[in-house]
Amino acid sequence: MLSWIDAILQGVLLGGLYALFAAGLSLMFGIMRLVNLAHGDLIVFAAFIILVIADLLGANIFVATAVTLPIMFAVGFVLQRYLLNRTLGKDILPPLLVTFGISIVIQNGLLETFSADNQRLQAFGIETQSWSLGGGIAVGVMPTLTFASAVIAILALNWIMYRTELGRGFRATSDDPSTAQLMGIDNHKVFAAATGIAFVVITLSALYFGNRAQFDPTIGSFRLLYAFEAVIIGGLGSLWGTLAGGIILGVAQTIGAKINPEWQILAGHVVFLVVLVVRPRGLFPRAVD
Amino acid sequence: MTDSISTPAAKRFRVQTRTRVSTVTVIVGIAVFALLAAAPAFVSRSVIQDLFFVLTMLALAQYWNLLAGYAGLVSVGQQAFVGIGAYTLFAFTILTGTNALVAIFLAGFVAMILAIPTALVIFRLRGAYFAIGTWVAAEVFRLLAAQWKTLGGGTGTSLPRSATRDIWGIEFIKDLFGAKTSAAKDIEAYWLALLVAAGTIVLVYVLLRSRFGLALSAIRDSEPAAGSLGVRNFRTKLWIFIIASFGTGITGALVLFQKARISPDAAFSVIDWTAFVVFIVVIGGIGTIEGPIIGVIIFYVLQNYLADYGTWYLMLLGALATVVMLVAPQGLWGLMVKHYDLHLFPVRRRLFVNKHGQDKDG
Repeated sequence: MLSWIDAILQGVLLGGLYALFAAGLSLMFGIMRLVNLAHGDLIVFAAFIILVIADLLGANIFVATAVTLPIMFAVGFVLQRYLLNRTLGKDILPPLLVTFGISIVIQNGLLETFSADNQRLQAFGIETQSWSLGGGIAVGVMPTLTFASAVIAILALNWIMYRTELGRGFRATSDDPSTAQLMGIDNHKVFAAATGIAFVVITLSALYFGNRAQFDPTIGSFRLLYAFEAVIIGGLGSLWGTLAGGIILGVAQTIGAKINPEWQILAGHVVFLVVLVVRPRGLFPRAVD
Repeated sequence: MTDSISTPAAKRFRVQTRTRVSTVTVIVGIAVFALLAAAPAFVSRSVIQDLFFVLTMLALAQYWNLLAGYAGLVSVGQQAFVGIGAYTLFAFTILTGTNALVAIFLAGFVAMILAIPTALVIFRLRGAYFAIGTWVAAEVFRLLAAQWKTLGGGTGTSLPRSATRDIWGIEFIKDLFGAKTSAAKDIEAYWLALLVAAGTIVLVYVLLRSRFGLALSAIRDSEPAAGSLGVRNFRTKLWIFIIASFGTGITGALVLFQKARISPDAAFSVIDWTAFVVFIVVIGGIGTIEGPIIGVIIFYVLQNYLADYGTWYLMLLGALATVVMLVAPQGLWGLMVKHYDLHLFPVRRRLFVNKHGQDKDG
């Protein structure tokens, strides 16, 4: 019995990581209806940047991440401003194909630069530390930190969306881009800022993702699928829903893994498909589309 | 053929569904088919293997184009049906000893049957989310295939020699070309690929010229408008999805029949069976029958010169497709149409206005 409670607890904490994956994807879709197929590869890309910066500065991965955050913001801003903005329109095909192309380019660029070797973001041993809750149940320091970061990231994103001028711009362009433009909003700049912020969240998730397990250039696409599943399970347009979606996905995976280690990923996918059949709009839908 | 409308207005309007160029296309197409069919007599085995690859990629590209270019169903999970087809072939030949040719055909039907529940779930997602949904579905099938222990689980398995050698017609090919069994197998696979590719083009052409095709273009242009005019949107899309799954399944079975070795990662590879296919269609021209043909030729040429560079080659393809999408979203064939008004496979009904009763193109 206790081992089941343990599985659920670990699943909830894993859900924090998936919520971080999902928040970036959700943000970009919510504001510019852009589904970023390169999302997973960007997470891996950010993890490699953190790795390189930690190496260059001889700093630990938290400092390296702090340095990487503004870099990735700039990457996102420029990418949106000069490339992705050109794909936006009525047709869904251009953004999908361009981000699919970017995904292939990133994946193979990383393979070329860093080879297919496994990497890991080591954090001076705290990844092995945990707090004992009694009864043989323990929670790791890093998983707890991941979950806390997810909650803080969602609070921060909600604050930006609903309490700042930038957020007003996000909501206005999301509701009606042409009217927003009439009111003096430069849509292209607003979109670029949104992608920049999404890339900050991507970098944050890259830190925990790279610390949690080994990664190599090819595993990004699976992160995209987890992020996507968390968004759909939670319901479009609601960041707290996304957190719930991440938790459900995480718990499904750890329980699946408990029954049979080979079923971990499959269990997550199956729960996603079941939600899709039973509640096609997700558990906590907010947006209409 | 020119459909006339039997009203007084008939003199002023005419609906064109065939052009002089398209008649030439049919003749050239038959000649190319005959030439390709005769190819094993005068080209080497490695050329036959290359042509096999090109023809199967062409078939996959036509089916993806049918989904994305005509039905608006942008899928990045077509590897699901390649894998299902391939696993069906291996299951039937290894577990029941079915003849491989029969099993390849059955692969299409199994892919078609599994496409129905898949569609019923992922059709709940729209547009871009549909795309990722297809990817999840493909992952589910890949993970399930990895659980199939009798077919090698995660590491996969090989086709027994008997399955690739005792197929119909292999003795005939050996006698005809004086070839060894392994070369004869390649020739037979190549002929099958030629049949599949040619059959696919004919199928897509006939499909798009039918009432069904008209419904499809209506949906592509505006789904609500099509619906309000009595087009059954859901059913039409479902049929397209099922037809594409059938063709993709057969093609997938054929590809892995030729390779004679299967594993979940190879059979359900998103790069091999979707990324390449998407790039072929986009570079050649989406939403046209000619586009995938142009695209696959470019793809083959690039592959021949650049495949040694491995990852650089993939990066170049990805970048090329991205640039084409941004600069000329209709692809290379789209540029041709724009400049020369060329329609090798006319699938649209074009209205011409005759000035002063004269037969002039408007």
